[in-house]
Amino acid sequence: MDGILNAIALLGAMGCVCGLALALAARYLGVKEDPRVGKITEALSGANCGSCGYAGCAAYAAAVANGTAPVDGCVPGGAAVASAVAAIMGVDFSGGDEPKVAFVKCGGDCDSATRRFAYNGIADCAAAAAVAGGDKGCPHGCLGYGSCANVCPAHAIAIAKGIAVVDESLCIGCGACVKACPRHVVELVPRSARVRVFCNSTDPGAAVRKYCSRGCIGCRMCVRNSAEGVVKVDGNLAHVDYSVPFDGDAAVAKCPVKCLRSVDA
Amino acid sequence: MSEYAILAFGAILAGNFVLSRFLGICPFLGVSTRLETAMGMSAAVIFVMTLASAVTWVVQTKVLAPLNLGALQTLVFILVIATLVQLVEIALRRLAPPLYRALGIYLPLITTNCSVLGVAVLNVKSGYDFPHSVAFAFSAGVGFALALAIFAGLRERIARANPPRAFRGVAIALVTAGLLSMAFMGFSGLGG
Repeated sequence: MDGILNAIALLGAMGCVCGLALALAARYLGVKEDPRVGKITEALSGANCGSCGYAGCAAYAAAVANGTAPVDGCVPGGAAVASAVAAIMGVDFSGGDEPKVAFVKCGGDCDSATRRFAYNGIADCAAAAAVAGGDKGCPHGCLGYGSCANVCPAHAIAIAKGIAVVDESLCIGCGACVKACPRHVVELVPRSARVRVFCNSTDPGAAVRKYCSRGCIGCRMCVRNSAEGVVKVDGNLAHVDYSVPFDGDAAVAKCPVKCLRSVDA
Repeated sequence: MSEYAILAFGAILAGNFVLSRFLGICPFLGVSTRLETAMGMSAAVIFVMTLASAVTWVVQTKVLAPLNLGALQTLVFILVIATLVQLVEIALRRLAPPLYRALGIYLPLITTNCSVLGVAVLNVKSGYDFPHSVAFAFSAGVGFALALAIFAGLRERIARANPPRAFRGVAIALVTAGLLSMAFMGFSGLGG
């Protein structure tokens, strides 16, 4: 009986001593963390994608709280998160860019683009591009070895018929794929811009026709059939100006190679 | 002095905690994929082991032994070690932030690591006095670090190799750990 009582007494006493020691330590030695750090971390998207330039969401939150990072650094969160963070920090935040989404500027899938040789190496775009400039006939198009898909934190990119395709419902717009693409085929575009140019080739039309049936040949049909300034042709490649509202359904219809088209089509 | 050398030699090589006594296998497999994290974990283990064995030795000889409550050893040691690690964490954060950041998440993780508890229990079992206990614990921590460093190096190479599909991941890691453990058997009979 004594043994049990001794054991209970000892353990109870030790528990009390340890608990008290911890409580005192937390009270007198503890570091007061900025409460805003926790709040900002909660407000962020939590993707830990690193597109803000910090190691993760927590690191970015700490940087915002001590004033070394801007409140609108969270790319996947966009304006909504930026204004939430701004509210926590007590600063004004207005405007901000509209949400971005990744877009693969290439329509040269297996059916339309040629391959110059059979590439059997590592399934990586940079490796494929290093072998005689890549196996794809087009020196500007998507190689389709999935380097962008491999780095995508949201698993939003898939390879379909030999080219990368972004699932916009999953894309968080972090831009990791943009950095990963050795040919700079992927770019971030405003989510609201539905009509885009599915080509990245600046070669003259005659050259493009030899290796891709869907490549932009720089014929200017789109320029002629749309309001001024909506579409520009620069270096044999059409560009849609995303800053103005798109008004050129005729241009889409007239594009002879169908590289100017809506992503929803 | 040679006594301590033999003790250290035994704890690091012949009686290596991970590869001969099979204590602390969880972190051994868990944080050994990269050498950098392995080193962070090892530093934390050496630190906590040394500190914990010093405190548990005092608890054992001044509290448990006089009260004849050796049966409560495991329970009390866990309690003491857990408290101690938390205390150290709080203190480090305030007093030595760079060290706190270096040890980082590993410090609370090893609060109830079995190798930490193991070294405390082994100290009592072997009847070491205070300096021997601390020396043994420090050597055991160095042994853990050695095993983890070797294993992390191996795994970094395996990651670049191309093992058969069935062996990929943890399977090949466990096979490697087994081979490494057998290699360490070669040290038994030396000093330990």
